[in-house]
Amino acid sequence: MGDSNQKSGMSRRNFIKGLGGGIAGATAIAAKTGKAAQEGPHGAMVVGAGPVKISLLINSKKHELTVDPRTTLLDALRNDLDYTGTKRVCNKGQCGACTVILNGKTILACSMLALDADGASVETIEGLAQGNKLHPLQEAFVKHDAMQCGFCTPGFIMSCVSLLRENNQPTLDEIKNGVAGNLCRCGTYPNIFKAVEDAATTIKKGG
Amino acid sequence: MTGWKKLNDMTYLGKSYTRVDGPDKVTGRAKYTYDLKFPGMLYGRILRSPHPHAKIISIDASRVVNMPGVKAVLTDIKDEVFFVGDDVAAVAAETEEIANEALLRFKVEYQVLPFTVREEQAMLDDAPKVFSNRDNNIGSTQDRTEGDVEKGFQEADVVVEQTYHINVQVHNPLEVHGCIVKWQDDELYMWDSTQAVHGERSAMARHFKIPENKVHVISHHMGGGFGSKLGMKSFHIICANLAKKAAVPVKLMLDREEQFLAVGNRPSSIQKIKIGAKKDGTLTAFQLDSFGTAGIGGGAGVPQPYIYQFPNYKVNHKDVFINAGAGAPMRAPGHPQANFAMESIMDELAEKLGMDPLELRIKNDPNKTRQQEYLIGAKQFGWDKRLKSGSQKGKIVKGMGLGSGRWSGGGNRETKANVNIYPDGAVDVKIGTQDIGTGARTIVAAVVAEELELDLKDVLPLIGKSDYPWAPASGGSTTTPSISPTVKLAAEKAKNSLIVRVADEWKVTPDQVIYSKKTFTSKDGAQSLSWQEACELLRAPISEMEKWNEGLSDSGTAGCQFVEVEVDKETGHVKVTRMIGVHDCGLVVNMLTTKNQIQGGMIGEIGYVTMENRLLDADTGIMPNADMENYKIPGALEMPDFNITMFDESERGVIGVGEPPAIPGVGAIANAIANAIGAHFYETPITPDKVLMAIQGKEGKS
Ligand code: FES
Ligand code: FES
Repeated sequence: MGDSNQKSGMSRRNFIKGLGGGIAGATAIAAKTGKAAQEGPHGAMVVGAGPVKISLLINSKKHELTVDPRTTLLDALRNDLDYTGTKRVCNKGQCGACTVILNGKTILACSMLALDADGASVETIEGLAQGNKLHPLQEAFVKHDAMQCGFCTPGFIMSCVSLLRENNQPTLDEIKNGVAGNLCRCGTYPNIFKAVEDAATTIKKGG
Repeated sequence: MTGWKKLNDMTYLGKSYTRVDGPDKVTGRAKYTYDLKFPGMLYGRILRSPHPHAKIISIDASRVVNMPGVKAVLTDIKDEVFFVGDDVAAVAAETEEIANEALLRFKVEYQVLPFTVREEQAMLDDAPKVFSNRDNNIGSTQDRTEGDVEKGFQEADVVVEQTYHINVQVHNPLEVHGCIVKWQDDELYMWDSTQAVHGERSAMARHFKIPENKVHVISHHMGGGFGSKLGMKSFHIICANLAKKAAVPVKLMLDREEQFLAVGNRPSSIQKIKIGAKKDGTLTAFQLDSFGTAGIGGGAGVPQPYIYQFPNYKVNHKDVFINAGAGAPMRAPGHPQANFAMESIMDELAEKLGMDPLELRIKNDPNKTRQQEYLIGAKQFGWDKRLKSGSQKGKIVKGMGLGSGRWSGGGNRETKANVNIYPDGAVDVKIGTQDIGTGARTIVAAVVAEELELDLKDVLPLIGKSDYPWAPASGGSTTTPSISPTVKLAAEKAKNSLIVRVADEWKVTPDQVIYSKKTFTSKDGAQSLSWQEACELLRAPISEMEKWNEGLSDSGTAGCQFVEVEVDKETGHVKVTRMIGVHDCGLVVNMLTTKNQIQGGMIGEIGYVTMENRLLDADTGIMPNADMENYKIPGALEMPDFNITMFDESERGVIGVGEPPAIPGVGAIANAIANAIGAHFYETPITPDKVLMAIQGKEGKS
């Protein structure tokens, strides 16, 4: 079981780190809020619940925002900004609907704190198409009807973008592994596989 | 009114074309209820009961009301809770984070009451009562008899008797339930992830005692429902009350755990079945004693005897209340449960009779369509290569199984649609249906384009609002057979109105005007106008309303599926490797989306039979697996190869296919596993532990 498990594993570690019992997180908040981190019970570092200023480079566009330290990257994208293409489904790193690409790697945006993404470059579903020209994967998802309700679709596409960047000629098994961390309740998997195969061919041809 | 054109003469119907909102869905532009934001909008959250049954003695919200950012609090929702996850109190705050924190600050005093979360226990005389005002925990009951069962069993040469336990499944649409409510003066606007904009409108109007035309329900895109979003639920009311109190819009989206606990599930079913047949396989009698639970709701009955013809039968069923969230319709309510038990016992019977399972079904299935489908499916599948159950050696063994299904469906005669043609040539169609992922929006546009001989992109489909003409809830495979005929008739009427206008212009009678492929010509060939030019003759838009009518759709479907599995005898792991579905789909409005929908139904079956199980802890009433890691649904790695045949009966008109594909594979998968290892299964889901136990049990016996 490839990629996807690593993906969620990685982001869960980030999540734990980000939850900010962690000293690093606390110090970061302290630096941003101008409040000193203090030692709390059991020796943990705690900070006031003040808002935190961060900046994110989203689809090459710079955003400065102030977030609640508890806000996940997902909620910052969706609620604080308006990148609602990234979906919240389980909010626990179990479904892949919130997959975005952070500094070149897929992560689960629900499982990372926004302040941990400070300064990062984030690619979301909204950044794939060039104006009206769809990305070959988007084109192929439409053509093969790789969606029904469409709520899982952005997450799948982002996982596939990353898969094709790493491996532009994936086998069926590699595709399945590449999206093994994404869930679709409508049951569009077979069409997704076809779409990815098709898009891989298009991309290879330089489309 | 004219009928559908011949299949060969149609541009869209019967063909494949991509969905009109595809580009919106793949770019993230499609806005679901979950994605909407309004100025000043608050976030609502519900405090839920940690107890399976308790009286609420008091709720102290003093530490909530004075929290900065909290704008509305509800503490008078109810005074008794009936399951873990039941509503207790609610809050609306400026951010989700604040709302979540507020939930931790309520202090609730409960008087904990006795409870029960096991059907068997709940049925006992001394069981704790779920509802104190009832004598016991038995809800509605069914008794159905045909012929003389005793006589039927006397005539039988072989009798099989078994009990099947089918567990609870949870819908798990990816977009969890939720809505945004905004009051504007005395009118209520509700953006809702719903399968029924009109149903919600009526229900909200009734609840809040306001006229229906002051309630506006909107569902532009929605992330799946599978039956769990067919009606108003308590969170709708809570959200509206919060919004009223705060006097600003409130968004209340449930989270995944709440979805597992509080907004519906497919009821359990425990079926004790006795079945009899003659030596030649002719079925003689069927007897069922069943019970099941839909938690504090009802509807756990099963349509037995399913599919096969029994001259004599007796069915007895009881709904049992337990302290769990209420059930809700889920893709083909009751049918998968019936299918699992019936197909399982039919295979056991076939084995006893020394008969091929397919032959036994062909012998006893009265449905002519399915008779043909069996042969088509068996041939495609290679049923003749099925090996004797349990005859394979080695670590990985293969198995084959088959199952059947039926569904009624059909169009709703109250459906209405409105087609508009504008002086600039634009066309739109308004109908208060909703697209739950099936492609209804695309169907609406395609049917109008077909009738007006325009391109799909020339028709604007306007759906998902209760302010549009009435259409039924999207459930029970009724949507396509309701909306397609209605929209066609409205488009036909609008086209005729335009023809009349052209005839007027030419000073001829309408029958002298021929319309074809965006061009109007006079019969004598002297005059001609393009679509555009004809529309420019209009001084005001043509706006025609029509109602559903017979003759363009049908109800009643038959289907069967064949399944191949591989079982790892060392780990008990089951891999479904191939699924073949043969389903009659009438006139298929869109091949591409229909096939997708059928495949989706079949994938749901894999989850139901091999993975999904709503667990409830008997000591606490808690669901320990209320998330997507511990409650598994099928993923990419579970996908078999699919082959789908849409049995061609286009002359029947349009029929729905939401439910039919979610049935036959249930028993087929179970039987394929049984065929592989040579032992039958009596409980779902058939997880590796159960497979290993079955293998052990068999080896112990031999
Ligand atoms: S919402 Fe992030 S993995 Fe499910
Ligand atoms: S398309 Fe509905 S969940 Fe995937």
